[in-house]
Amino acid sequence: MPPGIKGWRERGVRVSIRGKACIAGAYEHPARKAEDKSTAQLHAEVALGALRDAGLTRADVDGYFCAGDAPGMGPLSMADYLGLNRLRHVDSTDIGGSSYLAHVAHAAGAIALGRCDVALITLAGRPRSEGQATGTAPRAGNPAQPDVQFEYPYGAAIANMYAMCARRHMHEYGTTSEQLAWIKVAASHHAQHNPHAMLPKVVTVEEVLASPLVADPLHRLDCCVISDGGGALVVVRPEIARGLKRPVVTIRGAGEAVKHQMGGDLDLTYTGARFSGPRAFEEAGVTPADIKYASIYDSFTITVLMQLEDLGFCEKGMGGRFVQDGNLISGVGRLPFNTDGGGLCNNHPANRGGITKVIEAVRQLRGEAHPAVQVPSCDLALAHGTGGSLGTRHGSATLVLERE
Amino acid sequence: MGMSETSARRVPPGPTPDPSTRAFWDAARDGKLLIGRNARTGRFHYPPRPIDPFDDEGEVELVPASGLGTIYTFSVMRTKVPYVIAYVELEEGPRIMTNIVGCDIAALQVGQPVRLVFERSEDGQAIPMFTPA
Repeated sequence: MPPGIKGWRERGVRVSIRGKACIAGAYEHPARKAEDKSTAQLHAEVALGALRDAGLTRADVDGYFCAGDAPGMGPLSMADYLGLNRLRHVDSTDIGGSSYLAHVAHAAGAIALGRCDVALITLAGRPRSEGQATGTAPRAGNPAQPDVQFEYPYGAAIANMYAMCARRHMHEYGTTSEQLAWIKVAASHHAQHNPHAMLPKVVTVEEVLASPLVADPLHRLDCCVISDGGGALVVVRPEIARGLKRPVVTIRGAGEAVKHQMGGDLDLTYTGARFSGPRAFEEAGVTPADIKYASIYDSFTITVLMQLEDLGFCEKGMGGRFVQDGNLISGVGRLPFNTDGGGLCNNHPANRGGITKVIEAVRQLRGEAHPAVQVPSCDLALAHGTGGSLGTRHGSATLVLERE
Repeated sequence: MGMSETSARRVPPGPTPDPSTRAFWDAARDGKLLIGRNARTGRFHYPPRPIDPFDDEGEVELVPASGLGTIYTFSVMRTKVPYVIAYVELEEGPRIMTNIVGCDIAALQVGQPVRLVFERSEDGQAIPMFTPA
């Protein structure tokens, strides 16, 4: 590496987005099944929902962000359909379910650079109405995608990729199925208070373990739900946020990373959070111990466990012990997580849970979570997403958010 | 689903080779699993590709793997026809996605030695897989 690049990275000299933008609007679509609506329509509904929440209108939007769930040619098709007529900045970064956390960071960067003042981020989809029942069917994909011919013949699906991570984690660290089950149990304790949750019933560790194996060692209840719906966020310049009627939630730090198979040098015991987490904490100037509430991507129970370790909430390999005995349950444990019920119990719109992670963190920071799960004086929260597949290649995005 | 349940009645879908991978799939028909090797550094990679993922210099040559390895991790997909997906660590180093076939599912273990075999896809292509050694 040329000394110029090395020195620059080591000194960490960079422009920061800390305090440069705020989340002024957040909206989660109430639908879990939307048979009578189009995907574009769902995008429009969540867009208006988030703008209304912020006290803004479509005419105020000059930046727009969407990912692979947006039908058509990304921001072009959507801007046309949504009637966004004043755009001067768009971004269609697609790193799967973590895209929307990256969009928040990218929006903050764009605002800091003066590229836009009011950024709208939307996610929506209807896999449930389109007949997807499980994550067990291998999908052929585009043959030009270089990995497809080396994975599709082997029946690579969603569930068995995460299952292979779980198996290796168990092998190296002694993690157990009981410990993984505690993550679902904690999510279910929160979901019981969410009238929109797909799985509002409290479950026990025994019930998780008694549910059928989907892909060993993962059981059916280790998996997230498949739902329709969506969500949207509005990110604005702080001066604008302070003039609105909602509590001000500031973006304090952000980090991103990509992890993949490394040409065969792969290690399935950790996630990209190992890199995106420290970047976000460094920018925010805080540590995991300062975080009062965490939204942690929960496509599967193992996803949560590995990310918690990699984000530094516990030592590597100790995730199993960290999550057991209700440590993630609000009001009970040390780290309240996914107080909306998360992807495991509430929803996973478009098979992409990143935006709902940010939305629940915003609710917590505003003090607007359900009273039964609201974290007292919640002034610092983390939201983290994993997009793609933990067992092959994924994007990671971490946000540290603060109530002003 | 008993204890002696065996894997691999599943017939895999065939791959769609491209100009850069035709040699890999042709070699599979001859019973060889080709991996990428950087002629300058000697480092192996997988899946093989014309430009080395580790090094900007050095030609990539395709060389046959010994066919011996160990199970790095695996999962049994509990579909109508259960099958075992795995990453196998080759003797040469790379950990590669594959299936474990001809095995007692309940007896599989991480670290277990395996050896290369080939199964026919729906369209008759030989697909490299592994079976307990």
